[in-house]
Amino acid sequence: MNLLGRMGWGDVVFEPALANPDSSDLIAAGAGGVVVLGAIVALYCLFHYRLWGVFWRGWLTSLDHKRIGIMYIAFAMIMLVRGVLEGVVMRAQQADGLDGGFLTSHHYGELFSTHGTIMIFFMAMPFLTGLINIIVPLQVGARDVSFPLLNALSLAFTAAGGALIMVSLVVGEFSTGGWTGYPPFTGVAFQPGVGPDYWIWSVALAGIGTTLSGINFVTTILKERAPGMTFARLPLFTWTAFTTSVLMVFALPPLTVATSLLALDRMAGFHFFTNDLGGNMMNFANLFWLFGHPEVYILILPAFGVFSEVFATFSGKKLYGYTSLVIATVVIAVLSFTVWVHHFFTMGQSANLNAIFGIATMTIGVPTGVKIYDWMATMYRGRVRMSVPMIYSVGFIMLFVIGGLTGIILANPTVDYQVHNTLFLVAHFHNMLIPGLLFGMLAGYTFWFPKVFGFQLDAFWGRIAAWGWIVGYSLTFFPLYAVGLMGMTRRTASYTIEAFQPWMLVSGLGALVVLGALVALGLQLWVSIRYRKALTVEGGDPWDGRTLEWSLPAPVPEWNFAHIPMVTARDDFWEKKRTATVDATPATYTDIALPRNSMLGPLFAVAATALGFGLIWYIWWMAALAAAVMPLAIIVRSFRTDIHRVIPADEVAAYDLAFRETRAALVPVGRDGEETVANRGRANREAFE
Amino acid sequence: MIAASFRAHVRLVPLLLSVLFLAGCIPDGISFLTPAGPVADAQKEHLISITVISLIVVLPVLIGTPLIILRYRRKGGARYRPDWAYSGPLEALMWGVPVLIVGVLGWQLAKATYELDPTAVIAGDPPLEVQVVGLNWKWLFIYPEQGVAALNAMPMPEGRPVSLHLTSDTVMQSFMIGALGSQIYTMPGMETQLNLRADQVGQYRGVNTQFSGAGFDQQSFVAQVMTPEDFDDWVAAARSSGTALDAAAYTQLGQSSTPAEAAAMFAGTGAPAGSVWFSEVETGLFGSIIGKYMSAEGVADSDQTGSPSYQPVQSEGDVE
Amino acid sequence: MSAMTHTAEDRALYGFWVFMMSDLILFGLMFATYGTMLTTWGFASGPEPSELFSMGPVAIETAILLVSSLTFGLATLALKHGQGRGVIALWLVITLALGLGFLAMELRDFAEMAAEGAVPQRSGWLSAFFGLVSLHGLHVAAGCVWIMVMLAQLAVFGPTLDVASRLSRLGLFWHFLDVIWIGIFSVVYLGALA
Repeated sequence: MNLLGRMGWGDVVFEPALANPDSSDLIAAGAGGVVVLGAIVALYCLFHYRLWGVFWRGWLTSLDHKRIGIMYIAFAMIMLVRGVLEGVVMRAQQADGLDGGFLTSHHYGELFSTHGTIMIFFMAMPFLTGLINIIVPLQVGARDVSFPLLNALSLAFTAAGGALIMVSLVVGEFSTGGWTGYPPFTGVAFQPGVGPDYWIWSVALAGIGTTLSGINFVTTILKERAPGMTFARLPLFTWTAFTTSVLMVFALPPLTVATSLLALDRMAGFHFFTNDLGGNMMNFANLFWLFGHPEVYILILPAFGVFSEVFATFSGKKLYGYTSLVIATVVIAVLSFTVWVHHFFTMGQSANLNAIFGIATMTIGVPTGVKIYDWMATMYRGRVRMSVPMIYSVGFIMLFVIGGLTGIILANPTVDYQVHNTLFLVAHFHNMLIPGLLFGMLAGYTFWFPKVFGFQLDAFWGRIAAWGWIVGYSLTFFPLYAVGLMGMTRRTASYTIEAFQPWMLVSGLGALVVLGALVALGLQLWVSIRYRKALTVEGGDPWDGRTLEWSLPAPVPEWNFAHIPMVTARDDFWEKKRTATVDATPATYTDIALPRNSMLGPLFAVAATALGFGLIWYIWWMAALAAAVMPLAIIVRSFRTDIHRVIPADEVAAYDLAFRETRAALVPVGRDGEETVANRGRANREAFE
Repeated sequence: MIAASFRAHVRLVPLLLSVLFLAGCIPDGISFLTPAGPVADAQKEHLISITVISLIVVLPVLIGTPLIILRYRRKGGARYRPDWAYSGPLEALMWGVPVLIVGVLGWQLAKATYELDPTAVIAGDPPLEVQVVGLNWKWLFIYPEQGVAALNAMPMPEGRPVSLHLTSDTVMQSFMIGALGSQIYTMPGMETQLNLRADQVGQYRGVNTQFSGAGFDQQSFVAQVMTPEDFDDWVAAARSSGTALDAAAYTQLGQSSTPAEAAAMFAGTGAPAGSVWFSEVETGLFGSIIGKYMSAEGVADSDQTGSPSYQPVQSEGDVE
Repeated sequence: MSAMTHTAEDRALYGFWVFMMSDLILFGLMFATYGTMLTTWGFASGPEPSELFSMGPVAIETAILLVSSLTFGLATLALKHGQGRGVIALWLVITLALGLGFLAMELRDFAEMAAEGAVPQRSGWLSAFFGLVSLHGLHVAAGCVWIMVMLAQLAVFGPTLDVASRLSRLGLFWHFLDVIWIGIFSVVYLGALA
């Protein structure tokens, strides 16, 4: 038996680059080199600066929901860099693609497949899961999520999927079947190599992680709310997190089924989706989009939640139409299960079916439109401040409605028959996902960063990044609408029609602006960390916040709430600031039990990666070992009884009283000084005067 | 009817669109924005009409948002009402208008979907039957009534409906001639239908829009719309100068190749560059292409056209 | 410190319900896939349901699984009435034996089918059949492992609140598998008679 399964030296990406390289091989080798180099540098830093202990105890084995959330977002940011770079390479290829270009069609196929897979499963999903992880327990007044260990395992599965997709840059190849992986093209008859297997297992592992997250968040929001935190008082972000989590629980199983069955076809010769012997690829399309369409709302709803918080906070005003927004959120979630056929209007089904699904699709436009109007009405009669999160949010509104318009257009089977599979479609979903999802995530990142780390992000670079994203997005993707209407097919590396090229050049330029925005985000983080002392907001309330999390110290202590709050109103903290009851000191403090660290998280990350890698390369001993380790670890753990540690009441009291003292001593700052170093996290009462 | 009252405004929109696309920048024959048949024409009209109607809900946002931000900016001095969070009439408007618009759009959507159903035969003369086979990375057009076939070119008569029956003999593909009408998937072992009509003589670009591997971006063909007389002449020419599409020739087509590579294998049929004319077609070829996926033995990878493992059995009648 | 409070137990049970709903979707989709494969196209000129299934063993398997649910229920009752770990363990062992018996019979059915050439590689319908039925089988196997773990925990800890809470979730899971099997029995096996 070959210990390395079907892997050989020729599968390492550097081999073809050394043998007889073309420009595609060199770019692939370069990307592989960056991955290897990045891993080496990271390991060197860990050992050289003796960070290993801190990293292990403070992060990898931590079950603190905030730390797990931060790890999710850090992971998402790394993947964002890779995804954007891939996007830039693809835009460059198409700008240069009249009758040629520098990439082979096959390499281009790998690029759009990894780009889509990464951006959805390893950028967007971890980003929003991270935000929910950090913020939801703080917003509902909880000490942690319901199942802290499960939370670490979710992260482990997601990270394992991400690790596989990074490894695919170095060893083997990736699928060219796109992020949707349609068979029979991804079947073993047409892609016998490891490409589709990398796709299957990275996505399947991430899917398991997401399902577990969904279960965890649903239970957390239903069971961990502080007294008085009724559903009618839940902050909008938590509401959207709740609906998204419900969608995760119900919409991820179709993905698990689709990927598992495709794997059975490929590995064991089953006939679920093959061309022959009764296989039916239309089943895959149905299963995939039964997941894929709700997934769109899994992605967008938390961003809607962030926007709701941002509009209210930076307009200094109550959120307009709370009830409408909640109803709209729930309606969107329910409708999201009724529209999946619109992803394949062109598959030859009856006009009846297409008409029904087309109308259902347009119906989603109603609650979405209501949300937009509600946010406008939130600004109306407010005092609007264009801080960085607000720039993202306003950019979102203006750009998102254009995406909504093209969504309505695409919902019409008649027009879809023309623009399906063209760049018009690519422009549409980037229009929904960049201004919709990504702007929401970046707004949330800027908004809550000071809460988590205790200092705010530099506003100058933040503005440059935000405007860079808005301008870069527009330049990159609006031309795609035009060429899409002209019939330019998506996923083409090269083309022969000259009229496409001017648009492609503008789009390529836009991609460079997006790259600049990404650099600006990096600089913002670097500058902020460098000047973190000056940017400190130890009072914990830099934006004159409205919800519970802003009542806590920044950074938030590991136990979150020294005293579980008694919630009496919708914007509880805002109302307490108004009546000045915020400064009331709790009478007593009690011991707090927190989960002990667990090495199950990192163990699962390694085991799940090994499982995936073994299944991809047919290294059966590795897969079997990894598959056995995971349940065994759970069983062993179930016999442990010392899974909690106690923070004594004295320690909690000392910390809390010190914080209250510090906060009381801070100079209250007005909203004019919000983005300056004068802002130490205590807001003055100008809104009430 | 609300929709009717927009007809007038609809007339303005081509102007708007032509500004948007720098009129004339769209080369003829590639897009439904320069339609050459009733289906594409109706699709263009439909696109314009739903765009205009949707603008009723979109424009207030695009105009209103900057105005609100300007008016209610922090230093703007406008009235500040931090607790204002509900207005009945406003709610009714916010929900009501989109519901109405979606009602109108939904009605239009259903109407257009039924009228432009790709399986519905287009009124007029009895349609010309064409059987289409998607291969890696080219299209094969079989004319069963005429007994001829064409690779990567689809000659068709002007003004006469064409009824296409499509399948794939490789992975799933998607067939589209933008300037003429709808696109439809082609799937192995299955048959889909598409009905088109071209009203102007000319050359129209057809493509596969579903990524299918290395040669995908070269998988385009030309729909050659000609007068009925010219079409008859073409049939005669194909019969006389084309090569036979028998099992051996089809085996060659089954290998993954770009249109140029495929055409090079069948030189001298009088077809334009990148295309091939076939003088006769083995009877029942189209049916057997679909039928082979229903066999009880399955299709081995070495018999799967388009697979990298495809190893066609050498047959006696070599085409060379 | 590990002794569960009632709230913690409540929350774990609740989370488990949510998990089972997700799991139910998984089965639902496998049922749907099975349904779409139940056609001439799906049979691919291979063996068809009416030729393959023998109702005798399937009826016995169904009976075994139903009885195992009953014996698990008796374990739960014994726990509730504080009958001591011996009685609880006895009922759990019987349940485990029935579960393993079910799996053994199912594997024997599979082997018989394979001997007739009805392997999952033969047709889309057989792929869907083996996919659905083995997914249930895998769940039963996982349940058996879980019972063994709970027997060990019962031996180590006795019927503590923690152990009782886990047993209640295991019970939920075990009865859930029964319900799924009823679905398989009706759709797959009885459906083949119709």
